[in-house]
Amino acid sequence: MTATSPATATTRPTARGVLDALDLDTRMLAMVGALGVIWVVFDLVTGGVFLTPRNLWNLAVQTSSVATMATGMVLVIVARYIDLSVGALLGLTGMVMAVIQARWLPGMGDISWIAALVGGALLAGAVGGLQGWWIAYRGVPAFIVTLAGLLIYRGLAWWMTSGQTVAPLNPSFEVIGGGLDGSIGAFWSWVLGIAAVLALVARAVHARRRRRQFGCLTRPLWAEAAVLLVQVVPVIAFVMVMNAYLQPRTGIPMGIPVPVLIVIAVTLVMTVVATRTRFGRYVFAIGGNPEAAELSGINVKRITVWIFVVMGLLVAVGAAIATARLKAGLNATGELDELRVIAAAVIGGTSLAGGVGTIFGAVLGALTMQSLQSGMVLLGLPSPMQNVVIGAVLVFAVWLDQSYRRGKL
Amino acid sequence: MTAPLVEMRDISIQFGGVRAVDGVSLDLMPGEVVGLLGHNGAGKSTLIKILSGAYQASSGEIRVNGEPADIRSTRDAKKYGIETIYQTLALADNIDAAGNLFLGRELMTPWGTLDEERMAAETRGVMQRLNPNFRNLTTPVRSLSGGQRQSVAIARAIHFNARILIMDEPTAALGPAETRMVADLIRQLKAEGIGIFLISHDIHDVYDLADRCAVMKNGKMVGVVRTKDLSKDDILGMIIMGKNPVTGAVVY
Ligand SMILES: Nc1ncnc2c1ncn2[C@@H]1O[C@H](COP(=O)(O)OP(=O)(O)OP(=O)(O)O)[C@@H](O)[C@H]1O
Ligand SMILES: [Mg+2]
Repeated sequence: MTATSPATATTRPTARGVLDALDLDTRMLAMVGALGVIWVVFDLVTGGVFLTPRNLWNLAVQTSSVATMATGMVLVIVARYIDLSVGALLGLTGMVMAVIQARWLPGMGDISWIAALVGGALLAGAVGGLQGWWIAYRGVPAFIVTLAGLLIYRGLAWWMTSGQTVAPLNPSFEVIGGGLDGSIGAFWSWVLGIAAVLALVARAVHARRRRRQFGCLTRPLWAEAAVLLVQVVPVIAFVMVMNAYLQPRTGIPMGIPVPVLIVIAVTLVMTVVATRTRFGRYVFAIGGNPEAAELSGINVKRITVWIFVVMGLLVAVGAAIATARLKAGLNATGELDELRVIAAAVIGGTSLAGGVGTIFGAVLGALTMQSLQSGMVLLGLPSPMQNVVIGAVLVFAVWLDQSYRRGKL
Repeated sequence: MTAPLVEMRDISIQFGGVRAVDGVSLDLMPGEVVGLLGHNGAGKSTLIKILSGAYQASSGEIRVNGEPADIRSTRDAKKYGIETIYQTLALADNIDAAGNLFLGRELMTPWGTLDEERMAAETRGVMQRLNPNFRNLTTPVRSLSGGQRQSVAIARAIHFNARILIMDEPTAALGPAETRMVADLIRQLKAEGIGIFLISHDIHDVYDLADRCAVMKNGKMVGVVRTKDLSKDDILGMIIMGKNPVTGAVVY
């Protein structure tokens, strides 16, 4: 749903015309630019420690859990709801996953970690559905239902083991967390990177052909190539950086970490869900005008339940990543994550008024937040002071976004 | 004699203690335009929202083609070929024209994804008929003018082979040229045998188009008259005084 204005694109090659022909999402570019500035500044003030393969690799892993959940929070907020329970639900789900593999099915090999994943996903999906049901069919505001959820799930996470830490986890499960064995190595990273590049090219060609076929406007060919380049270069750079981080003892390239692969897959799937499916279209319609959605024959209540089911399933994915990374089930895992997830979505351009937001933006938002946090850790800032900075940045980012939108509309 | 397309019999609805529609009966024949008139708050929108499935009547019966119709949702109404242009337009402001036109009945690709290109192409076709100047197919309808938004709402109602069309103040935001196009469209649809309810609070909007005029006041039906039997002033009198010129009955 982006705008093209053919008149300026084809007549004169003015600066405006060039921008229009490129048909880029300027807001997204601004976000990427802001992230770039943060990275460069931190690299300068830390004396070149920030922009190293090792730090970037860690940054990517640390972002994974919040980024995964933020993609679901986009749908929740776009539909004018909120979910304050994701951090607590992550704690409970992670605990259940740990208990299943370490206490119920220890020494059962692959069955134990698969059961942990399936069990956790069923639990979190069902809990999400239950929250959605209270919101949609019982009319309790999402804020209240999920605030209650925050208290309940965190309490239950403690109750599962009376606060005891659960370990050890299945080694195959720990791969999800991206530890030393949790990467796919240089070869497979290149295979994936090249496959991604080919897919991007194929998509561009296909889209152009479809638009031609239906008589829609197309970009000039040079602009098409430029846009493609903007997508391809980061992919290749990403693979190169991930491969440049060598395993400390053996010196073997790490490659893309498994949790980051999960985030990439989740981002792709959720982008398709949000922009290419009926469900996603209805979520946006509900956010834009709930009454119109109802009058159009959309079953708003049922869609609401599904939004929270999807959110729950993504919490399960986030829980698997976070728990595997800690190599143990702790009842405090994911504390304050609800705020990080909401902040990531909002910094990524999701409007709390509903109806507006992108999956990719939320992932960028999560990466931006984690970059700030990691940078401050490298600078040795005490963690309470990190929160002071993050809080200020959140207000500033939302103000900036609102001003941008007002100027634009 | 053919059965009426729609018969609404003794329809009532209450909101809290308020009877927004009180024992109203009205019918519509194929190829007929019925103007529904009345002051602000007379109950016009509420009555037609019962027919379009947005509200459930507290009592009364609706028949479509002589058969009792069970309309509990807007989806049900659409199954009976009832399409509605709502007074509020009922557009999702953050979605483009094509997305709104197909909202709730999207065209899909064989892979189960939205077929944006085909929806855009069909939208361009319908809009051509309504508003040839309309080009903003891919911008959110929020940034369209009032008239353009109204065109999108009209396009959505006529695109899906309506047999019964409800137009709640369809020209409120349109300029003279667009209003004329909508009048032409109404005549054209009428010639195709579609029955149309045309709602307005202004007799001038409907006098030249409506075969019959129904006048409501305070939730009750003042009367249903053949337009050509009465002058504009007579009907205006009905709207203001609430007096049925034939029976002499008065609604207060
Ligand atoms: N959802 C609702 N809840 C409570 N009261 C309502 C509701 N909808 C309508 N009403 C009341 O019903 C009455 C009729 O309203 P309605 O919108 O049908 O009037 P109308 O004839 O369409 O007026 P207008 O010309 O202003 O569009 C009004 O008094 C209104 O306040
Ligand atoms: Mg009305």
